[in-house]
Formats: sequence, C-alpha cells, structure tokens
Amino acid sequence: MELYEMTVHELRDLLAAGRTSAVEIAESVFGRIAQVEEQVRAFVTLNKDKALEMARIADARRKNGEDLSPLAGIPMGLKDNICTKGVLTTCSSRILENFVPPYDATVTERLEAANGVMAGKLNMDEFAMGSSTENSGLFTTRNPWNLAMVPGGSSGGPAAAVAADELVYTLGSDTGGSIRQPASFCGVVGLKPTYGRVSRYGLVAYASSLDQIGPITKDVEDCALVMNAISGHDLKDSTSAPVETPDYRSFLKADVKGLRVGIPGEYFAEGIDPAVKATVMAAVRKFEELGAVCEETTLPHTEYALPAYYIIAPAEASSNLARYDGVSYGYRSETAPDVATMSQRTRQEGFGQEVKRRIMLGTYALSSGYYDAYYLKAMKVRTLIKQDFDRAFERFDVLITPTGPTPAFRVGEKTEDPLAMYMSDVCTIPVNLAGIPAIALPCGFLDGLPVGLQLMGRAFAEGTLIQAAYAYERNTDWHERKPAIGGVR
Amino acid sequence: MLISKEEVEHVAMLARLELTDEEKELYTSQLNVILEHVHLLNQLDTSAVEPTAHVLPLQNVFRADAIQESMDRELALQNAPAREDGTFKVPRIV
Repeated sequence: MELYEMTVHELRDLLAAGRTSAVEIAESVFGRIAQVEEQVRAFVTLNKDKALEMARIADARRKNGEDLSPLAGIPMGLKDNICTKGVLTTCSSRILENFVPPYDATVTERLEAANGVMAGKLNMDEFAMGSSTENSGLFTTRNPWNLAMVPGGSSGGPAAAVAADELVYTLGSDTGGSIRQPASFCGVVGLKPTYGRVSRYGLVAYASSLDQIGPITKDVEDCALVMNAISGHDLKDSTSAPVETPDYRSFLKADVKGLRVGIPGEYFAEGIDPAVKATVMAAVRKFEELGAVCEETTLPHTEYALPAYYIIAPAEASSNLARYDGVSYGYRSETAPDVATMSQRTRQEGFGQEVKRRIMLGTYALSSGYYDAYYLKAMKVRTLIKQDFDRAFERFDVLITPTGPTPAFRVGEKTEDPLAMYMSDVCTIPVNLAGIPAIALPCGFLDGLPVGLQLMGRAFAEGTLIQAAYAYERNTDWHERKPAIGGVR
Repeated sequence: MLISKEEVEHVAMLARLELTDEEKELYTSQLNVILEHVHLLNQLDTSAVEPTAHVLPLQNVFRADAIQESMDRELALQNAPAREDGTFKVPRIV
C-alpha cells in the first residue's frame, strides 16, 4: 500500500515507529496529486513548498523527542472558504480570486499547532452555495468514482480529494449538508459538528446561524482524531459554545448493544430513490444484528425544513455578502465613476448566478413588508423542526436516514433547475436548522457510485455518533474500497 | 405571481447588484418558483410559536472593555484594490 492511500492513524503509527517521515509522506501525496489531479480537479491552490517545510518541522520535532499530536506530519487540505494567512483564499469566487487573508482561521491555527501539513486549498460551490460544486466560479471538480458525475457540494473539492487519496483528510464546511452530501457522494466519512462545537472564526460566513466546519476523512477513527484537534470554545467566535470537548478516541468502541436507533419515516418517503432506501435499510438491519434497537419514528415537520432553509440561509447570506463591495479587498470593477456604481458593478461582475439569486431571495425576504411573512415565519418553523428532534431524542440515541435522495448525479443534470438542485439537500438541511450534529458514512454502492447513510445525534453528542458509526464501519468493508480514477488505480 | 419584475429591480437596488435585463427576467421567474415552494410554510399555524434565531442558549457574549492588539495597518491594507496615505482609496462618493 502506498503512503498516500493510508489513513491518519496508519501513518501516525508508521511515523511513531520511525518507519517513515513526514517529508516522505508529503512527497507521496504530491506524487499522487500529480497523477490524478488533472482528472479530479479538487484543488484551487497547491501549497507544496510551505507543506514540505511544515513536514520538515514535524520531522525535526519528532527527532527531538517531542510529544506530538496524532495529526503531526500528516498532509491535509482546507476548503477554500477557510482563511489561511498568506495563502490565497477564494471561496471559489471571482470576487475573491486575488484575496490573501492577513490572518488564519482558528481551525487553521489549531491544525498548524498540531504540526498538520497544509497541502492545499480546495474547490467548492461559490461562497458555499450549492450541492454539486458546479457553482464554483473557477472550475468543476469531478467525482473520483465516475468522472462524469459531480462530487457533491458545496465541499466537493475536500470530499473528492480524500476519496482520490490526494489528501489524507480535509476540512469542509456545512450549512445545509455541504460536508455530509459530498462525503456521501464520494464514499468517505463527513461529520457536521453541533453548532458552536468548532470555531467559525476565519470561516468566510455564508449563513451565520447554520455554518459549521467539520472533518472529511477516510474512516471514523480519523474523524475522531481530527475532531479532537479542531473542537473547542474560542473567544474569537462569540457563537462558540463554552462546553468541554471529550477525547473522541474514547468513543472508538465497536459496541452498539442497546443503542436506541430511530428511523424517521419522512426520510424514507417518495422523493427518495427506492434503491437508496433499500441500501440504508440494509444498514439498519446491520445495526440490529449488532445489538441496536431500531424502531420507526416520526419528525412531522420535515417537509417544511427545505422552504424554511431557503429563506433563512439566503437572508443571512444577503447580510454576510454585503461586505463584498470592492472597497478594501477582493475584485473591484474599474469602470465606475462613483463608489455606489463601483460597488454595484463589482458585485455584478464578481458574483456568480447562484450567489446573486440567493442574495436577491434573502434581501427580498428581509425587506420592509416581507420580513414577517418570510423570515419571521421561517424562524418559527425552525422552532417546530427543532422541537421534533428534541422529542425524538427523548426516545432515541441516534436517528438513521439516507444522506441524500440519490447517489451522485451527472455534471450538468440539475444546473438549469435551481429548485431541483435544492432538493438534493432534503435529508441534510433539517440537521442544520436544529443545530444538532450528524455524520455521513458509506453503506453501499449503486452502479459503482457510493451511497451514504446519515446518523443524527443530540446536541454535543458527537461521541455517540462516532461510536455508532465506528461499530457499523468495523463490521462492514465499504470504507476499504477505492475508486479507479478514469479506470486506472 | 408572487414577485413582480419591478420588485426584482427594487431588490436588486437594495442588494447593490447591477443586473442585466436578461437576469431581471430570469430571476423574476426563478424567484417565483422558489417562493411558490416557500409558501408551503403557510400551511403551518405558528401563531403560538417563538422564533428561533439562534440554536444555542447564549446571550450577551462580552469581554472586558480593555484595549487589545489590533491588526497591523500594513497587513490590513495588503489586499486593497487602491490605497493612498494608509487608507483605502475609492472613486468619488458623491
């Protein structure tokens, strides 16, 4: 097995035993990138020189006998909406195509402190708005399992890079499913933490009450290791939760005996591909085999989550994206005679269609005369959705659903129909509205494309999710499969 | 028709977007389709429901009013499309 094919924990063990070095691993990873990147196109920016320097530092510290994080010396990447000081951060938008942040996001700092090797920045739907990475203002990333298919979105680059073994792990962001859906499409593990679990400082804001950063990894153990490094209260993020972070490694027990698993009927209704339903139900039977108690339940307001989200998220986005005015950073239109026209023209020229569409929707929903009918109404429906989950978690420890209604779809298939594209997030959106954590992991294949199951948990119960996911993973082998990119391993 | 072309033009002005005529037409029709779907929310009686603006029970997250380090000015100006005398330069305001 090549170094680039391994997991964080496998590489950590080799490094600890002195059987490889961080520089060797980095070279293996960059070799892999050179081999497949032309087909996958996951990267916006490669950080090779600085990455090799970080690898050398990790090796030196290890040689010095220092106590190192399990992530030390391991090449990873960040979605391009996570600020990296001195390294281009574009949000895959023309309006930030030349933006070099003067500061690091908190997660960037934490991974650097752990001697993580930041190998590059990854492609996404522009400003995290999309479900396929086709809304990237730069280029489209492809699904390593079938290059004619999308990798999902908006963290398509991060998910594809891990699936293609171009990076050992990545960080994505999730506002309506943007970690979980691409993880599911690409056959890897993706976790959206509880809102407030991971600092948003340095994450370019899309919808501030929904956004969260989370890990995309090759297996559940790696997910636990990355969560340990990035979680925790941050004074620089006033929405960061002042709660203790457990050591997620303590949940790496393949034991789900007595675990109460709820199966919400609304997530298995029409609109979900019957083959996806069958694949997820097979996973439910596996959980039962392992000793979990699985029972049907209901989350009655599920169908209202999508319309509520498509008011709340665009409304918050319209406010968050008002800062892109060409004044102090990013693209500026050169033709305007006055500052107002300059801003209007900058935004018109710099933003893509989906971003403009959502800004328009959000501005309308917040405007005088419409605020009560749309935004206030959506916030009340959000309460009802959260209450559904609170009730369900009185009887169950986790809820199991598909991650999406279908496996990966074809590039170009949904780009003409915004609403059809929005529908790919029906299973993931309710989770963000409620602020609870959820994990996606592979549970099968349909026509060579991965299918992901989703486990949802109580607020701050990522440990329970990790344990349930770990038990399932240890008793199946979906996670061992690798794509043949363009037909070549 | 939930949103008219005139309203779309007004919203574009509020959002500081200089849309083309084609975009105004396209967004009018697309926003109507989306808003139609959003109107599903009216099936629910929310008269007795409190809105959730934020999921965590956090309030008034303050720190002491003591001076801390600020970003170095040069760093802050690093990405300026145009600058002069340590400030961001823009076309005339009026």
